[in-house]
Amino acid sequence: MELVCPAGNLPSLKAAVDSGADAVYIGFRDDTNARHFAGLNFNDKKAHKALDYARDQGVRIFVAVNTFAQPAGWERWTRAVDLAADLQVDALIAADIGVLGYAAETHPELNLHLSVQASATNARALDFYFDNFGIRRAVLPRVLSLPQVRALAEDSPVDLEVFGFGSLCIMAEGRCYLSSYLTGQSPNTFGACSPASAVRWEDTEDGGLETRLNGVLINRHAAGCNAGYPTLCKGRFNVAGQTGHALEEPTSLNTLELLPELRQLGISAIKIEGRQRSPAYVAQVVRVWRQAMDALEQDPSHFTIQSEWSKVLAAASEGSQTTLGAYSRPWQ
Amino acid sequence: MKISLGCVPFYWPAETLKSFYQDIASLPVDIVYLGESVCSKRRELSTGEWIELGQEITRSGKQAVLSSLALIEARSELATLKRLCDNGEMMVEANDMAAAEIMHERGLPFVTGNGINIYNANTLRVLHTQGLVRWLFPVELSAQCLTDILRDARQMGFASQIETEVLSYGHLGLAYSARCFTARAHRLPKDRCNFICKDYPEGLPLSTQEDQELFTLNGIQVMSGEICNLLAEAQAMHDMGVDIMRIAPTTVDMTDVINEFRDTLDGKTTTTTSTGDAVSNGYWYAKPGMEHVEPGATPES
Repeated sequence: MELVCPAGNLPSLKAAVDSGADAVYIGFRDDTNARHFAGLNFNDKKAHKALDYARDQGVRIFVAVNTFAQPAGWERWTRAVDLAADLQVDALIAADIGVLGYAAETHPELNLHLSVQASATNARALDFYFDNFGIRRAVLPRVLSLPQVRALAEDSPVDLEVFGFGSLCIMAEGRCYLSSYLTGQSPNTFGACSPASAVRWEDTEDGGLETRLNGVLINRHAAGCNAGYPTLCKGRFNVAGQTGHALEEPTSLNTLELLPELRQLGISAIKIEGRQRSPAYVAQVVRVWRQAMDALEQDPSHFTIQSEWSKVLAAASEGSQTTLGAYSRPWQ
Repeated sequence: MKISLGCVPFYWPAETLKSFYQDIASLPVDIVYLGESVCSKRRELSTGEWIELGQEITRSGKQAVLSSLALIEARSELATLKRLCDNGEMMVEANDMAAAEIMHERGLPFVTGNGINIYNANTLRVLHTQGLVRWLFPVELSAQCLTDILRDARQMGFASQIETEVLSYGHLGLAYSARCFTARAHRLPKDRCNFICKDYPEGLPLSTQEDQELFTLNGIQVMSGEICNLLAEAQAMHDMGVDIMRIAPTTVDMTDVINEFRDTLDGKTTTTTSTGDAVSNGYWYAKPGMEHVEPGATPES
């Protein structure tokens, strides 16, 4: 299994490579990728440097051009695909059917991976992307249970990559417009969910804190409580007479305990989320997953999770808690 | 312009569904979408019964289109989809790429619905070569974007071979999840949900801690809290080449809304009365979807 790690900038890329990544995925510095945050991502020159650094260590580089292109910006997406091809990256990760078509026609040598943003959750949807664009791998949305992943691994025309660790999107990726409903910008259209420009932190009279997204109250925190980033699906709302985390709690996905089974199913790669994270975070998380995957390869029948790994991953998690997410039926 | 009625997004009892479609037969809609698009556990009507209902609607002189499930995760759901695609006479609304793939395999035309991301004419062209004959414009895009897509489609030479449909009335479908939010609100696991969605024939409202109506929970789907209404944009839609305005059912009696849309499109009335006050139209004007913009304002790109 390949360990695919995030890098939002060159220091993070070096951290990922030095900590044991098999592949690192990056994005360019605009809205063509789903982590379009201020100060993040790679321009042409930095991408070359990243490539050189990774190649020297035998690590593969993937480029995500995985948002949805609108007509007014179409050339930005084709330029991003062209640049990825010029860089001779090891894979282009894309979701938009038009962008995939352009990549397959213009650069037939490009190795195409289907982004999680394409929301392909079943074998026939994967057949569509395989038949039309010759994708070789697909990243699975975080909505499938483990038995569903097992069935799909049997039926899929292409290799599968699944999320191992990081922020948890609870909606089918690429089909969630909640962020643009509130702010006008979504992962699909802008490459960011609950964008920072729309966030307001406001102190309340009783010493607490309110978080808002374009004026809409996402959460209220009492004095002294930790207030997380107001990602809108992790806010506290009123439903059926109760106030609470109606959609999801602040938590991170952690599938370390599923690793032996994922390997057995023939899953090709484990993806670590977090191009927006710091180099220190990337180094910590990648190191744990490297150790775990090495231990599994050495002795598959005696794989146990070391308490040190859990400690590091819990500390790196949102709200210091982790979940198996949709892989586990009770979560659903 | 034609008027279509989207499939019922909520979980209604079989009797309610049957009488709903009996009423629709005499109302001025041209196209009727029907079927279960949200949750495969909702089986008040079997796949066979949905197909029969579609055949009845066809006999009443309307075009019936079978809507398919939006989030297909299990082999059993693919089997149901296959049955829909093999119905032998009606088109299928693909709400997942699996449906587009199956219809293409059979050489049959299809419609794409909510959740198929067609954000540019290049995407539209690929799907048209696969058999797409009609598409529903994605909810989060603007009038300017639609104008651009249709311009590009004309330049590419296939615009006249497809129909464009815009969701013009109803809650906007904003997200799908593996998790059932209605069951979660009642602390029920999804696998033992007691079909709690039946208690919410118009969805379960979610509001902020300041009582701002934000979303409508509908099982695994999150919809907009407010109803989107684009009736005031009918002329602009007509001018840019939109063929069909879609009304999504919000309640069991859609008579007034349908009549008002028909009368307005026929030039019989210009007032909007029955379609309510609390409406949003922000997406159309390249604003946050929840916002209300005075109709006729200059759209931003």
